[in-house]
Amino acid sequence: MSDLTAMTLAEARDAIRAKTISSRELTGAFVSAIEKARPLNAFITEAAENALLTADAADKRIASGQMGALEGLPLAIKDLFCTKGTRTTAASKILGNFMPPYESTVTQNLWDAGAVMLGKTNLDEFAMGSSNETSAFGNVINPWRAKNSNVNLVPGGSSGGSAAAVAADLCLAATGTDTGGSIRQPAAVTGRVGLKPTYGRCSRFGIVAFASSLDQAGPMTKTVKDAAIMLKSMASVDAKDSTSVDMEVPDYEKLLDGGIKGLRVGIPREYRMDGAPAEIDALWSKGAEWLKAQGAEIVDVSLPHTKYALPTYYIVAPAEASANLARYDGVRFGYRAEGVRDITDLYEKSRGEGFGAEVQRRILIGTYVLSAGYYDAYYSRAQKLRTLIKRDFEQAFELCDVLLTPTTPGPAFGVGAKTSDPLEMYLQDVFTVTVNLAGLPGISVPAGLSENGLPLGLQVIGKAFDEATMLRAARAVEMAADFKHSPARWWSV
Amino acid sequence: MSVDKDTVRRIAKLARLAVPESRLEPMAGELNGIFQWVEMLGEVNVEGVPAMTSVVAQKLRWRQDKVTDGNQADALMINAPGGEDHFFVVPKVHE
Repeated sequence: MSDLTAMTLAEARDAIRAKTISSRELTGAFVSAIEKARPLNAFITEAAENALLTADAADKRIASGQMGALEGLPLAIKDLFCTKGTRTTAASKILGNFMPPYESTVTQNLWDAGAVMLGKTNLDEFAMGSSNETSAFGNVINPWRAKNSNVNLVPGGSSGGSAAAVAADLCLAATGTDTGGSIRQPAAVTGRVGLKPTYGRCSRFGIVAFASSLDQAGPMTKTVKDAAIMLKSMASVDAKDSTSVDMEVPDYEKLLDGGIKGLRVGIPREYRMDGAPAEIDALWSKGAEWLKAQGAEIVDVSLPHTKYALPTYYIVAPAEASANLARYDGVRFGYRAEGVRDITDLYEKSRGEGFGAEVQRRILIGTYVLSAGYYDAYYSRAQKLRTLIKRDFEQAFELCDVLLTPTTPGPAFGVGAKTSDPLEMYLQDVFTVTVNLAGLPGISVPAGLSENGLPLGLQVIGKAFDEATMLRAARAVEMAADFKHSPARWWSV
Repeated sequence: MSVDKDTVRRIAKLARLAVPESRLEPMAGELNGIFQWVEMLGEVNVEGVPAMTSVVAQKLRWRQDKVTDGNQADALMINAPGGEDHFFVVPKVHE
């Protein structure tokens, strides 16, 4: 094969099994692609040397016939997953030199399956953002550019580095985390697949916490099949995370091609938003047609509390973040301010200097909504709204098996275009955030190009722990869309 | 409900976050924008609706009450700024 980096995860796995390529060759190809792609700033830490050593070890196992499910396959890891002995920053100055003494369960599962780590990808600071512009390590640039334009675009966020790395063929697949849309939104605006599993499907142990009742790890890949392969290895019940669920992890890949004859696909009418671009609505209708043509039944459903999801999220997530981020105090780990008067001054200055603007804003929102006198009006009310939002989905799923929606309100936008107004940025997650609040699985599949030539995604939402049916529907969207576009490799010329 | 400069100063204190004096006023503006938008939740009748406590209905698993990990003082200290001999260092707290 002329360009090893253009392979899908499944193709690379099969080639390695057939011994037509070695992990060393494959890993070497990605290492050099990553070096050439530095203008994208997709990686915070590159791990070339280690990757090649791991690849050699994988090749030895392959030669001896002992192969894991992902043996020798090079992956990129979002820099929110703690990796033992490799710096883990959460894209924050406050963790700028943090060296984890332990490994996250999800990444351990991947290494146990034989995978190779190419490096740690950039993200919004503490995963708070939708454009990868809040990172203390600089913006990530989207590999895609609009038709006849050389303006830099954002890759979405918060898993922007992972999305850019998968889109630019800098890895076979990557891990992401999704609290309000942080896997699906960047996957959509970079023309790739992004899957957020049901809450509890993957262990959260060793993932730097943002909002613990919403955070979930998932794969970012080139195809739906690759997402199925990755999820199988990432998911597990874990004694170190009491919210991880003790439920069999099916062989998603095997269940992928069952077809969708008779599948009931719900179209939630509240997702047709006033002022949404016509091309988003048109793509959504096309998606429903594609599924219908393959034998699915299209059902009109209602999720009446949809418009309250984002404001609910912007109470719940900052509240949990303000509690989770209380641990960064400049004493036990992380950035420590100099020249302080006393212990309170040490806390306040370390945190004031160590956290970026968006993180500080969310800590303040969270502290306010949890403070005496405001708890009932804000936090308690938001948790009740969350019950109503979840109930909406339960009622809709009495009428259908999966839901089909757009992933984002539009294609990738320019760097700096939405940074002046936090609310405008928050609206990026309008179609994805409901899924986190209800704990459900969701997947974004590239479905077409916008008028200016940028990728757009469609989202399939499944019932809790029914990722298998969701993946089958996503595969049907993928086959009908037949999205074969790739960004021009302007960064390596 | 409107957030002013003094409120920002008070919640910054609660959050142990040093916010420079010059940032208090702009931050109040930003937070007000967000809280005004969140006000729409007030329209919903939540009478009798239970607050969510767990997004996935499940019983927490029991485990043996025994030590499964430990004796890793060196590993725990590698990230401690100014840590010495397995002690975390802080400014003087008592005179």
